Amino acid sequence: MTQHNTQQAQRQAAMAVLAHAEAGEIAARLRTIPSPGHQDLRAPESGLVMLRARVGGDGAPFNLGEATVSRAAVRLASGEVGFGYTLGRDGEKARLIALCDALVQSRDFGAAVERDVIAPLREQLMIRRKQAAEETAATKVDFYTMVRGEG
Amino acid sequence: MYVAVKGGERAIENAHRLLANARRGDQSVAEVSLDQISEQLGLAVDRVMSEGSLYDRELAALAIKQARGDLIEAIFLVRAFRATLPRFGASEPVDTGAMRVRRRVSSTFKDIPGGQILGPTFDYTHRLLDPSLAEGFVPEAPSMAEASTAPTPRVTDILGRDGLIEASPQAEDGASVGDLTREPLNFPADRDLRLQNLARGDEGFLLAMGYSTQRGYGRNHPFAGEIRFGEVEVEFAAEDVGFVVPLGSIELTECQMVNQFKGSATEAPCFTRGYGLAFGQSERKTMSMALVDRALRARELGEEVGAPAQDEEFVLSHSDNVQATGFVEHLKLPHYVDFQSELGLLRKLRKQFAEASAEANAPDAMKEAAE
Repeated sequence: MTQHNTQQAQRQAAMAVLAHAEAGEIAARLRTIPSPGHQDLRAPESGLVMLRARVGGDGAPFNLGEATVSRAAVRLASGEVGFGYTLGRDGEKARLIALCDALVQSRDFGAAVERDVIAPLREQLMIRRKQAAEETAATKVDFYTMVRGEG
Repeated sequence: MYVAVKGGERAIENAHRLLANARRGDQSVAEVSLDQISEQLGLAVDRVMSEGSLYDRELAALAIKQARGDLIEAIFLVRAFRATLPRFGASEPVDTGAMRVRRRVSSTFKDIPGGQILGPTFDYTHRLLDPSLAEGFVPEAPSMAEASTAPTPRVTDILGRDGLIEASPQAEDGASVGDLTREPLNFPADRDLRLQNLARGDEGFLLAMGYSTQRGYGRNHPFAGEIRFGEVEVEFAAEDVGFVVPLGSIELTECQMVNQFKGSATEAPCFTRGYGLAFGQSERKTMSMALVDRALRARELGEEVGAPAQDEEFVLSHSDNVQATGFVEHLKLPHYVDFQSELGLLRKLRKQFAEASAEANAPDAMKEAAE
């Protein structure tokens, strides 16, 4: 059970990185590791997900509006099944995420995909977020009080 | 009623060709790309996504290009496109408290935890046209400062800790979430449906409605408790995967309006609230939405209901610009048969009127006889 949860957390963490990458970036990284045989279990398709939010930010849910989402599923020759979901209409990106998800679960390729695909993409994402956070921080107001009756 | 009229096919085809040329404009001028629209007219894209009720920057940019910059036409195109796609399901509710904020201001507290963060804003600009933007403008690189890792709690959460503001209503167990894209809107409508309606409602309409409450038509003494804009993560419980999968992030603007208190014999007085949320950076929209959301709670809060912004049937039935433009603009389609029957009736009435007048002005003898 614990092992199952660990693997689930690992898959979610990988997906969280991959969803923020471009299809081209994922494909380029995947080319650096040996690729096992695989087939499409579900051909890439695009559809909608209704985005929900909460009243007041923390109350009962309501439907805010939809977003386009693409999904795909891939099976490795060794049997692992991977799923790919991402915002947007890039079906190829969903397929690449599904392939990565299958590889993450694979005994033979799990370490390689984490090291050569997920980790560098995560680092790139963190750099982008850090830059945005630092640009934002520069616009933070530093209040000071004017003292009257002096000077 | 309007009827199909034959015989216009060639004219229509040629009109569409002419439209394609008018859309392109002078062909010696470079064509605008979707990336250019998305990157440089980003707030138009945000509005089309919000009111088109579909988060997809590229599609919204295409719609703006196709609509020649007519945003309501673009919203119409996005809504029509959305109807062609299957729905996989609904996301987990997004957590705006965990937003990676790009902007966050409060007009109620100067020193909020996490600070006042101006972000990319038109506020404090002088609204003077800038000729240097006309061509070849390269902005200075943004300033950088060390980013704090301190959380940025919602201002309403801080007020809520002391019970100074009402808590957000929680869902009852097993309650379904209303969806006006699936069932037609009925009145009275619950808050979830009202917020869905307002979130896709026309910004101009909501602005006018919100403004009307400030001018005294349903006054509710608002303070902008907090406005925040930034990125939130979206998660989806995918049945085939068996767990919640991350889908990536979207940009949202949230407005928490803090309004006049309520209280009763049994409840201590506390501030009330109105809520606004929209795709992208949509500050005017979310502020207006929050004002109108609060106004629409008048009945629930035991306030006198009389102003237009408090009338949910009026507000929710007229907020959708695709519906509104459809009905207003259908007037220009052929109504020849309707009009012919109106014309026939009018002629008959005029004839009767003429006959009655003639009778009234008839020789005195007849008049006297009648008396």
